[in-house]
Amino acid sequence: MSDRTEVVLETKKLVKHFPITQGIVFKSKVGAVQAVDGVDIQLRRGETLGVVGESGCGKSTLAKLLVGLEKPTSGAINVRGEDMTKLKGTALRRARRNIQMVLQDPYTSLNPRMTVGDIIGEPFEIHPEVVPRKGRDKAVQDLLDTVGLNPDHVNRYPHQFSGGQRQRIGIARALALKPEIIVCDEPVSALDVSIQAQVINLLEALQDEFGLSYIFIAHDLSVVRHIADRVAVMYLGRVVETGNDQEIYENPTHPYTQALLSAVPVPDPTLRGHRDQIVLEGDVPSPANPPSGCRFRTRCWKAQSICAEQDPVLSIRERSPHASACHFAEPRDVVHAL
Amino acid sequence: MTDIKADIDVLRGIDPNAPLLEVNDLHVEFRTRDGIARAVNGANFNLAPGETLAILGESGCGKSVTAQAIMGILDSPPGYITQGEVKYRGVDLLKLPEKQRRSVRANHIAMIFQDALSALNPVFTVGFQLSELFRVHRGMSRADAKKRSIELLDQVKIPAARTRVSDYPHQFSGGMRQRVMIAMALALDPDVLIADEPTTALDVTVQAQIMGLLAELQQQRNMGLILITHDMGVVADVADRISVMYAGKVVEEAGVYDIYSRPAHPYAKALLESIPRLDMKGQQLNVIRGLPPALTAVPKGCAFNPRCAFAQDVCRQDPPPPQYIVAPGRTARCHFWRDVVGDE
Repeated sequence: MSDRTEVVLETKKLVKHFPITQGIVFKSKVGAVQAVDGVDIQLRRGETLGVVGESGCGKSTLAKLLVGLEKPTSGAINVRGEDMTKLKGTALRRARRNIQMVLQDPYTSLNPRMTVGDIIGEPFEIHPEVVPRKGRDKAVQDLLDTVGLNPDHVNRYPHQFSGGQRQRIGIARALALKPEIIVCDEPVSALDVSIQAQVINLLEALQDEFGLSYIFIAHDLSVVRHIADRVAVMYLGRVVETGNDQEIYENPTHPYTQALLSAVPVPDPTLRGHRDQIVLEGDVPSPANPPSGCRFRTRCWKAQSICAEQDPVLSIRERSPHASACHFAEPRDVVHAL
Repeated sequence: MTDIKADIDVLRGIDPNAPLLEVNDLHVEFRTRDGIARAVNGANFNLAPGETLAILGESGCGKSVTAQAIMGILDSPPGYITQGEVKYRGVDLLKLPEKQRRSVRANHIAMIFQDALSALNPVFTVGFQLSELFRVHRGMSRADAKKRSIELLDQVKIPAARTRVSDYPHQFSGGMRQRVMIAMALALDPDVLIADEPTTALDVTVQAQIMGLLAELQQQRNMGLILITHDMGVVADVADRISVMYAGKVVEEAGVYDIYSRPAHPYAKALLESIPRLDMKGQQLNVIRGLPPALTAVPKGCAFNPRCAFAQDVCRQDPPPPQYIVAPGRTARCHFWRDVVGDE
């Protein structure tokens, strides 16, 4: 993916703080959960940006901000030059059409009382200008066909489908309004391995066919490596390292990325004991009260006094050819055998 | 109170030279309104002290039900063990009265579960739940039991065990809760530990901590460990042997190096080819077409035949393929295992 390709989505200093309140009648704000705290990402046309991180790092909140399910505390989300956070009314509706979402759990994200046809056709009710009323049944059947389901099954209910098929219904629903960007929030983590591969292949095929751009959020780093062109690693509401697949997986420079990668088991017993394993101590600190300076410093083996005083910015550094938010960034191969 | 301890010791017929755990031809079925679901259809495996056996399979393949049957915690009804034996040191556990089984659990065989939050009782402190084990099974006093509980929490590396012992389960993080579960399972020094998806709900960095802890404790105590999981990465890291289950049968059993380099059953092979790897940027992933069968309607012959690339007419007919011996200690339920192994 060359740098000249058009940027379709860009966030600038995106922040989402959830207030912590005290009192019942007279509520006062006593703090804030800093779920997303100054995130800058860029997504180019036809590209897949993987967002990885552990639970509680803010990746799902980021997804909700991008599709407009949450209002950001501050910052901007630019989609093709327009700031989504400033749009209102008709303009906002039109802009939202362009960015759709596939949810994690195909068992709870489909209404059990609606038929598959109604579920996939619902976006057309909300945005009637996309497909004229007459053509809707046909459009729904085409969508089912596109995602590899039998078009005759429009009158079935979600419970009549398996997990993998349900996720296909979720994908068809996201495709209905012909968006340019699809945010996939853990789209395969609820599925069995043999089914997971089917859905990943489908997502890749659809990307080629329609020129879609994906934000692919997952905690499974192997899946992200497989599908993503570029990767952003998040820790406690911030992006700590970004780069293309090669840079992140072969030459990670941020200690957190290195620890995260080294913890992922590789399905090859001959590598047992031959890989560089970094076992992190302790748990992720609370996002309501993050450490000063670098947020990873409490679990980092490289931490010095500067880490507590100065917040490392995400930038290209002397020993890191891609952006990394660490004062002591340097590459270390943790994925391959020593 | 000492008679309780005595009760355990008279678990009659224990032969220290017999294999630690043997499961022979185990059949479990669930009698449901939609018919009989045969969840386990003749599972066989055995376990030696200090060994890690991984039971690998997708959801619905019967791996958790097998564990529940071994532990004697199967919900019955609707679940029934219709055939087979589970032998611990030569004693068939399935023939024991419930009272004796209760002492086998925890004293000899213990289990940890996937979701520690729902496995622990939310209204008692973890200290109380740990002490309960010592008080009921060992007849200890409250004070002694609490002391032992603190030691245990220390062993599973929970920081500040002395204060955390009076915390409730919800006050612990996911990884810490799983440590409490491990402490509870190990309290009475069992020699078999069954871990049912112990790290599935955890983040990778925490998963690494927990798997490391389990391996360490296993080595200290020379325990046999049955690890039930669907994660082929974890298995590659810790297992000695693997049993791959599909539709209630062990379709392949082999040493960990053999199975990853040259699988002998088409299902094991397809499974290995369908996972993305961290250390390689792959192209298209191989896909296992179709879906696992419903357990109420398992296909005739080999249960995997509708999804199998090697299937011939013989695979579609009963009887299902027997356990072919591929190599000493290595079996596969496939008529064409020679082709599968040689296909590399």
